[in-house]
Amino acid sequence: MLEFRKEYFKDERDDRLNEVGQPRQRQDMLGHVTGRTRYFDDHAFEGLLHLKVLRSQHPHARLRSIDVSAAERSAGVKRVIRAADVPVNKNTLLSLIGFGKDDEPLLAVDKVRYKGEPIVAVVAESEAAAYAALAKIRVDCDPLPAVFDVEDAIKSGAPVVNETYPANTFEYHEKYNHQKLRFGDVERAFASADFVLEERYQMSPIEHAPTETNGSIAAPETNDRFVVHTCTQALFFSLGTAAKLLDLPSNRLHFIGGTVGGGFGGKVDSLTEPLSILGAMLTGRPVRYVLGREEEMLYGCPRGAERHYIKDGVMRDGRIVARKVTSYFDAGAYTRLSSYGAVKCIAHLPGPYTIPNVHADSYCVFTNRTPATAMRGFGITGVDFALEVQMDKLAHKVGMDPMEFRILNAYRDGDMKAHRREAHNCALIECVQVAAEKAGWPIRDEFRRMNSLTGGGGERAVIPATATDEVGRIGTGRPASTPPPRAPAMPIAPPPRVPQPVAAQPRVAPAPRPAPPAPAPAPAAAPPPREQPKPAAPGPQHGATRFSSVFGTRRR
Amino acid sequence: MAKTPVQFRLNGADKAVFVDGGENLLNALRRGVGDMSAKFGCGQGTCGVCTVLVDGEPQLACLTLAETCAGRAIETALGLSDGPNLHPLQTAFMEHFAAQCGFCTSGMLMAAKALLDRNPSPTREDVAEAISGNICRCTGYEPIINAILDAASKRGGQPSGEQGRARI
Repeated sequence: MLEFRKEYFKDERDDRLNEVGQPRQRQDMLGHVTGRTRYFDDHAFEGLLHLKVLRSQHPHARLRSIDVSAAERSAGVKRVIRAADVPVNKNTLLSLIGFGKDDEPLLAVDKVRYKGEPIVAVVAESEAAAYAALAKIRVDCDPLPAVFDVEDAIKSGAPVVNETYPANTFEYHEKYNHQKLRFGDVERAFASADFVLEERYQMSPIEHAPTETNGSIAAPETNDRFVVHTCTQALFFSLGTAAKLLDLPSNRLHFIGGTVGGGFGGKVDSLTEPLSILGAMLTGRPVRYVLGREEEMLYGCPRGAERHYIKDGVMRDGRIVARKVTSYFDAGAYTRLSSYGAVKCIAHLPGPYTIPNVHADSYCVFTNRTPATAMRGFGITGVDFALEVQMDKLAHKVGMDPMEFRILNAYRDGDMKAHRREAHNCALIECVQVAAEKAGWPIRDEFRRMNSLTGGGGERAVIPATATDEVGRIGTGRPASTPPPRAPAMPIAPPPRVPQPVAAQPRVAPAPRPAPPAPAPAPAAAPPPREQPKPAAPGPQHGATRFSSVFGTRRR
Repeated sequence: MAKTPVQFRLNGADKAVFVDGGENLLNALRRGVGDMSAKFGCGQGTCGVCTVLVDGEPQLACLTLAETCAGRAIETALGLSDGPNLHPLQTAFMEHFAAQCGFCTSGMLMAAKALLDRNPSPTREDVAEAISGNICRCTGYEPIINAILDAASKRGGQPSGEQGRARI
């Protein structure tokens, strides 16, 4: 049975969390067990038409000509939809929040960039008639060299996958080809570390494989709107995406959804809604576009491939003194949400450990693979796998128990993270202790007595001097700016006049800051946790603002 | 294309639909009759979300030709409850949180009902075997197995009147 230890988070929220830990029936459970829950496909329409798409057979090819004349004459066909029929045939999902450039057509125009990319759609009286018509479409194309590996894709001379991003990397703020995190000086720390361990980790794409495949039904309503029954996990996001591609005011779209037959992140890309609606607009009839199982598995957007290089410096006593990470996220042919995955990665590094020297670069790379998307912690899950395997290897290297090794290096309240935010409400030590206890895994008394509330802060809260170039930048393409405000736990010496670098997190608004800490040489090791109670924190924490990697600060 | 009339019993009531040659039972139920409880998941007989009972036996409706069901008794999840009174399996699925997205639930329930109808006191292994053709992607197999075992024990291992009714 689940056990909730709310005492660790008593400072986190001011409500009493009365519902957490209590069994409460799902509001949709009665519908599920009686077979009455209505998913998008459980709606009947008189005169329903079926839409199917012709998909590219090549991972990368230039389209020369498309002949649909035989398909248009095929039995039962009501309409053939070509790229020119799409009102605004270029989009990127996150454009709705102003992030990234439009880079993906609904139907391919001049090129196809991955195997399975939609080229032409057919709307017919039955699925069989639609398939028969698709078989009559003639596509003349010139196959182009394709690239399937993230590191090959960023080599000079690699085929350009997506002309919107000619270097095959997503451009952050139209300027930066990666996300960057710098804290201290890893190279000096590696030089003085007792051991250095460098490893390479990678993960293949993973298909969500929901039992309900992606799909939607769109139908004209009597009030000049279109009703759309959809499996989308992101109802208003899909509505906005459809409105943009179809150049419709969003109040002409009536989306009905929220009942999703398994999503896991694979139903946020609006794969079917825009074409269903366009089919309904062009035929005046209800149109259903549902992916078959084969389409879902082959061309439904997966969790993207990832590759991570991790280099760590560690001391004989088990303290990690430096961590250098280079991460590549394979977006496939179009951005979708992968640009955000790379942001999450850099926000997550170096994992929940206090490491005084951190250096990380995270790239979102285009290849001729199926466009990747969200899936359960994307940007985090693969990184965590790599980091935790690395932690086990490091523990082995220094001859420490892996549980004790994690406890020793875990964040404690008051520690400075590499992102220049103080760690609060830490509970990794307690989690490891409970895990060890439940697993019957023996850990030594001194590690059983440690906790997240004490031993942090002080020297561990210091922002180290960080290597910059001659104009005060961290590496290339990053202007110097002031670090975000932080509340020092103890009095600090007056600031010297040196440029203060900052982690390359976008959208952290520079703000008036308290006195920064004195500059320090790159620390060779995080000071060991102080095993005495830390001074009382200044002021109550209830309702305080806290940092979000996406939206900056938010109230809790 | 010429349509063929097909009559069968569905959850105890007579139904008649016209089907195309080669049309499967799943389509006949969903588009012909309007019983949407059985779902389409793969169309290849691998996922089990279309499981219904034909003369008491679990069948994959996506691989069953509609015309072969003429004169037979079909049961779906819509027929499990007796008006407002839920079948013990339905109650157990609710109590054990044996559904998340719910898309596999109708098929799971029918596979479980077929098991309990022929074996009122199944072992855990029997239950796992009975639902081995039904995929749950929200990873709910343990609560589902617990729910089916609980339903079996609450019925005391004795066939109930409910079971007799649903069998037609």
